[in-house]
Amino acid sequence: MTARRRRGPFARTLAAALAVAAPGLTPAAAHAQQTGYTAPRTADGTPDLNGIWQALNNAHRDVEPRAADFSPVRELGALGAVPGGLGVVEGGAIPYTPEALARRDDNFANRLERDPAIKCYLPGVPRATYMPHPFQIIQSRSHVMILHEFAGAVRTVYMEDHVESPADTWMGWSNGRWEGETLVVETSGFNGMTWFDRAGNHHGPALRVVERFTARSPETLDYHVTLEDPNVFTRPWSMRMPLYRRVEPNAELMEFRCVEFVEDLIYGHLRKQVDP
Amino acid sequence: MRHRFRCLPSAAAVSVAAGVWSMPAAGAAQPSSGAARDTAAYVVPRTADGHPDLQGFWTNQTYTPLQRPEGVDKAFHTVEEAAAIESGRAAREAELTVPGTIPDVHYDFTQFGLDRSQSPFARNLRTSLIVDPPNGRLPPRNAAGRRRAAEAAAERERRGGRWDSAENNQLDDRCIIMRGAGPPMMNAGYNANYHIVQNRDYVMILVEMIHDARIIPLDGRGSPPERARQWMGLPRGRWEGDTLVVETANFNGRNPFNGSSPRMRVTERFTRVADDAILYRFTVEDPLTWDRPWTAEMPMKETIGPLFEHACHEGNYGLYNTLVGARLEERRAAEAAAQEEPRR
Repeated sequence: MTARRRRGPFARTLAAALAVAAPGLTPAAAHAQQTGYTAPRTADGTPDLNGIWQALNNAHRDVEPRAADFSPVRELGALGAVPGGLGVVEGGAIPYTPEALARRDDNFANRLERDPAIKCYLPGVPRATYMPHPFQIIQSRSHVMILHEFAGAVRTVYMEDHVESPADTWMGWSNGRWEGETLVVETSGFNGMTWFDRAGNHHGPALRVVERFTARSPETLDYHVTLEDPNVFTRPWSMRMPLYRRVEPNAELMEFRCVEFVEDLIYGHLRKQVDP
Repeated sequence: MRHRFRCLPSAAAVSVAAGVWSMPAAGAAQPSSGAARDTAAYVVPRTADGHPDLQGFWTNQTYTPLQRPEGVDKAFHTVEEAAAIESGRAAREAELTVPGTIPDVHYDFTQFGLDRSQSPFARNLRTSLIVDPPNGRLPPRNAAGRRRAAEAAAERERRGGRWDSAENNQLDDRCIIMRGAGPPMMNAGYNANYHIVQNRDYVMILVEMIHDARIIPLDGRGSPPERARQWMGLPRGRWEGDTLVVETANFNGRNPFNGSSPRMRVTERFTRVADDAILYRFTVEDPLTWDRPWTAEMPMKETIGPLFEHACHEGNYGLYNTLVGARLEERRAAEAAAQEEPRR
């Protein structure tokens, strides 16, 4: 295995983009300045981000701003109606190419048929982070596990022995490192079949994601994510949101083994027809 | 297809491993043969938190059956007997992959570690994984267990044929849960791999199939509420000396382990016995199925990481295509019957 992460063109583009946002500061320094909080340390001496976390916003419905809207399923009425949200995309809109923007709008129009998460497929990154389900971080010196309730999706973040993604996957291949207070996770090797939200926002297999998890208080994390896919976006773009600790003393991830919930949806038309 | 090369295990190779695997766990019967290694000499490594360190990549792949086969009346094979069994099983798996046969197309056992003899696997001189009862066999099912089994069989019958619907298929074919997750964690046919990661308050065991993460709290929290029932139950863990003890209850009973009921309680004990080995021992209690508890043990052997994403449901063409095929066959049969009709 080849050791050590390579700094590719993406990292350089990203550094340049962030330098514009915070002139004169490295990304890490810009970040430390923004939280001003020092997390407790694990026995290994790294910032302790262990815990069960959950987003509390409407990014899972649409990462861009959107007014409240009808339920896509008539029977669910007000409970299925979509609350409005101010969006989490820095600058408001995802910088799609014209073709990719048209594809997003087409996805939205056909979202009940196309949204991969409706079929209980692994939700991808970063969508898994802000779905309305908790996730748990279990960190050791060599691995940071990010364990999601939705579909039991699992991310293994390799803190040592960084390699390029050996194969394309739904949840990608994640190499991580500590930059001061921040857990930085670079993820690539996606299969391009996941979405960012229920509104049809999408990417391709060339997606590269850089996430920055930084404690901002004992019970909250700052989550900042930068995305690049030159086939879909005209430039790298970012999202930011707080993540909240599930502080209930008995908080525990429950199984959300959703395959059985979608079998009739996926295979129902292939059921043997019984004579009436 | 190529890659027909294989390494059949030799008696010498088995005997290297035998030192570890003929070794008894605390309280287990002494083996009648094999060089028992002095377990007291091994110092279990500790994490930075001071807990026994079980972290790494492990496999419980084995040729040893859960129950002692008929006609075998001893607890341990000799090294030579174990080598002969491994060779025989590996040769049978090789026969499955004769070029051009259906098994060859579906599963080429000589590739991707499907053939157990080529992956790291957990050698074991035991004749059965069950160590108690001493006969190596499951206790007889009691009346409640037999009644439940009969009811389950009647329900399957009522629901129709396996290919009538997705729901009529086995749980593993539906990508819902596989036997590696348990608990107890039984060896799967392939990909019987695990990744253990620890922090101060949890042990996480990632099961390769189907990316099932067992998240075991060690913080002394109380039992979960009776009504919170899950496929894999809800585990509670603690350290006892060098051993991780995990007690799991709250099963939903829909993936019954050897006919068990939702009242099953599994107590697992993980003890690192060498740098490259964990001894995994579990006891199953279920008064609605067996009148006595029973216990099994098996080695978990260090294997090569990482674990890759096992996205089973997402690529489940097998289930889809088989249902398509079944409906097509029904239509063809109906058309053939319709053509027969006018001649009568």
